[in-house]
Amino acid sequence: MIGNLDHATLQQLWWLIASVVGSLFLFLTFVQGGQTLIFTLASTEEEKSLIINTMGRKWELTFTTLVLFGGALFAAFPLFYATSFGGAYWVWMLILFTFIIQAVSYEYRKKPDNILGARTYEIFMAINGSVGLLLIGAALGTFFTGSRFSLNLYNSVTWQTPYHGLEAALNPFNLAFGLFLVFLARTLGAMYIVNHVAHEALAKKARKATWINLLWVLPFLLTILISLVTMDGFAVEPTSGEVFMEKGKYLNNLLAMPAVLFLLLAGLGSVIYGVAATGFLGKNNGIWFGGIGTVLVGLSIFSLAGFHNTAFYPSTSDLQSSLTIYNASSSKYTLTVMSYVALAVPVVLAYVAYVWKLMDAKKLTLAELTGEDVKEMY
Amino acid sequence: MGDQLLTTVDWARAQFALTAMYHWIFVPLTLGLSFLIAFFETIYVKTGNEEWKKLTRFWMTLFGINFAIGVATGIILEFQFGTNWSNYSWMVGDIFGAPLAIEGIFAFFLEATFFAVMFFGWHRVSKGFHLFSTWMVAVGSNLSAVWILVANGWMQFPTGMGFNPDKARFEMQNFWEVALSPVAVHKFTHTTSSAFLLASLFVVGISALFLLQERHQKMAKRSMVVAAVLGFIASLFVAFTGDEAAFSVAHRQPMKLAAMEGLYVGQEKAPIVAMGIINASKKPGDDLPAFYQETKIPGLLSLLANRDPSSYVPGINDLVFGNAERNIVGAEQRMVTGKIALAELARYKYAKETGDEAQAASALALFDQHKGDLGYGYLNSPAEAAPPVATTFYSFHIMVVLGTMFPLIFLAVLYFAFKGTLEYQRWLNLVCFFSIFLGYVAQEAGWVVAEVGRQPWAIQGLLPVGVASTNIAASNVQTTFFMFLTLFTALLLAEIRIMIQQIKIGPEA
Repeated sequence: MIGNLDHATLQQLWWLIASVVGSLFLFLTFVQGGQTLIFTLASTEEEKSLIINTMGRKWELTFTTLVLFGGALFAAFPLFYATSFGGAYWVWMLILFTFIIQAVSYEYRKKPDNILGARTYEIFMAINGSVGLLLIGAALGTFFTGSRFSLNLYNSVTWQTPYHGLEAALNPFNLAFGLFLVFLARTLGAMYIVNHVAHEALAKKARKATWINLLWVLPFLLTILISLVTMDGFAVEPTSGEVFMEKGKYLNNLLAMPAVLFLLLAGLGSVIYGVAATGFLGKNNGIWFGGIGTVLVGLSIFSLAGFHNTAFYPSTSDLQSSLTIYNASSSKYTLTVMSYVALAVPVVLAYVAYVWKLMDAKKLTLAELTGEDVKEMY
Repeated sequence: MGDQLLTTVDWARAQFALTAMYHWIFVPLTLGLSFLIAFFETIYVKTGNEEWKKLTRFWMTLFGINFAIGVATGIILEFQFGTNWSNYSWMVGDIFGAPLAIEGIFAFFLEATFFAVMFFGWHRVSKGFHLFSTWMVAVGSNLSAVWILVANGWMQFPTGMGFNPDKARFEMQNFWEVALSPVAVHKFTHTTSSAFLLASLFVVGISALFLLQERHQKMAKRSMVVAAVLGFIASLFVAFTGDEAAFSVAHRQPMKLAAMEGLYVGQEKAPIVAMGIINASKKPGDDLPAFYQETKIPGLLSLLANRDPSSYVPGINDLVFGNAERNIVGAEQRMVTGKIALAELARYKYAKETGDEAQAASALALFDQHKGDLGYGYLNSPAEAAPPVATTFYSFHIMVVLGTMFPLIFLAVLYFAFKGTLEYQRWLNLVCFFSIFLGYVAQEAGWVVAEVGRQPWAIQGLLPVGVASTNIAASNVQTTFFMFLTLFTALLLAEIRIMIQQIKIGPEA
């Protein structure tokens, strides 16, 4: 069955798979959100420890999903990998830097003789949750605003600014995208705390934090949505592959792909319901509505950027260097092989979900942090 | 422009070497210790003896500290292919990206999911499921090694692919040839067995320290026996797979083998240099002696390379300048062919761009005739085809000498453990402790042989490092190099201090 798919279908399938992984990553950034909440939500050392240990049980999943997102893009769209990472060098390097410092922070923070002190590792976590996500958002924003690069005949990239991607963070749309992700992650983080921590005072503050952070999300979300439906976009002429500017391209995409419009609206509705359920209705399962909603919003955004004859990584300085899911992809053979490999993804999701359920069956308590397992706690 | 590009490549290589070498401080311990912990926990579950649980949790704590920094140094390696080696990413991404994605799907999620159970699941899941999770972390870590070594093996021996002139890139044509390449198999077996060896040295060494300090003696002796058994078996496996890997190198990367032994002039009954001081100023083709001093074992290199002590092994000069008598086409000749291939590729691309189909067809026909040496067309001089000989030679010999010593240490540990006098063997325990450091030296030396010996190629014979790197000013890569150097050094120091402190604390009383 997979072996019979044509190249274009495989390219679309792999954009969808990469979008699913990327969207799952966006949901899992509740860990990053939680990391920024330790400075604004926790008023005692105990509360701080509860937040860090709650997030500490999931940080690797987020990290791994990001790595898989990179790996999937490398395998399926190597020209994007080469162009964006090699060109927008500094954005990606700084993002990676924030993830390196995150990776050690959980394990080292509480360990004696850790040289830098617990506070430094907490700051590392906060940097990852704020600067890291802001820059990821800015990088994603360039899917719509474009970047200044050109490719030669051999597809070797030359970046046209000396800032190598940092200029993206100065574009208001990209900046709004970054801040949207930061506050969305904080909203999700607060919902996860309510879901997983058995501590009345902390849960009360977390419930309040869900809607406060959602209020922070709104201006950036509105900026993104209004811009998206009004801005010109990077369209591709399907037969010649020529890239040109189209008026209201992303609005046209939404109207031409009603399923994407549905995903976007359903996703936003789900996130808002998750916040309402957590913040006002006293429910603990808001994270699932928030999480699923985030995945749906993510899928709609990736679909808007990549489907319906759209250049997903456009160049503003040389339109014809823009990347589409067709010119940036791997060969038919490689995409076919990788599609067989992707059949394992549901199995992976199933065991992740099973272990998640098992580990989260009981809420995290203060007693657990100070009990027999104290040495292993973060 | 040329100087600028060279400098960029130099910094990109330095950065990759830095991150890979830091990463490899932590990974082998993760690969091996994860299995040792799984063994320890299995004994606990089988016997129900709480002492084994304490022992398991002690080694698990050290594992966790090491694992975190392994993850931190690992993420940059994957993305560095894009940031510093973007032309590489495009030119071979169609093949190279697949194993990295497969590693993510099959290995990283196993590790990430079950790691949390291993550390925080003692009171959240059943004893059996906890043990299962510990095993899954071990399996996941080692599966990760499988796929990254498939990728690395492909860089050493590119197979299962062809060149697509329209896209100007290499494309995969046979996944199984890539995944089951003999070089990938040798890489995996040799690397993972050496990782088990290192982890065994680590456990034996730390336990020996406890014996020297007369602390936790029961736990230390138990750990030492299990680790010494694994270490001894792993040592034998390392020797066997090392021999297989060298045989493979002889036939697929003969230049690397010649550099490993400082062999400039090919010969029959080629010797192995048991000990030698290499002449670092010697260049291919000159008359300087290769060694200031050397002790040779005749015929051994021929035996290693061809399973025949009287067979011929080509030297660096033969491979650089060719040897008609032995039917060896040197880099000099291959450069000529390669430059024709590059010129025809350029003509083909231009003709396609301008719609001149007749020109395109003739250029493609000529390109196809010469494309086998495409990579050599990028070289500026034949001597560039030789790797840095001194570094490759010394690393190889350090690795082999240390690798020969380790099984003797494990045997001695097992002998005295059997006699019940392990705690009285002060000298042996001291040797065991210092062997931890030597184990790391051997590990790093092994990678230096593999990667420095591959130079100047990013992909053996196809793509030199100078073409593979990103078109970016050197100052950017230089800055990130120092950022990573500073950060990784700080984190390494923190890791060592934390480890020492945890070892001082020891297992729970």
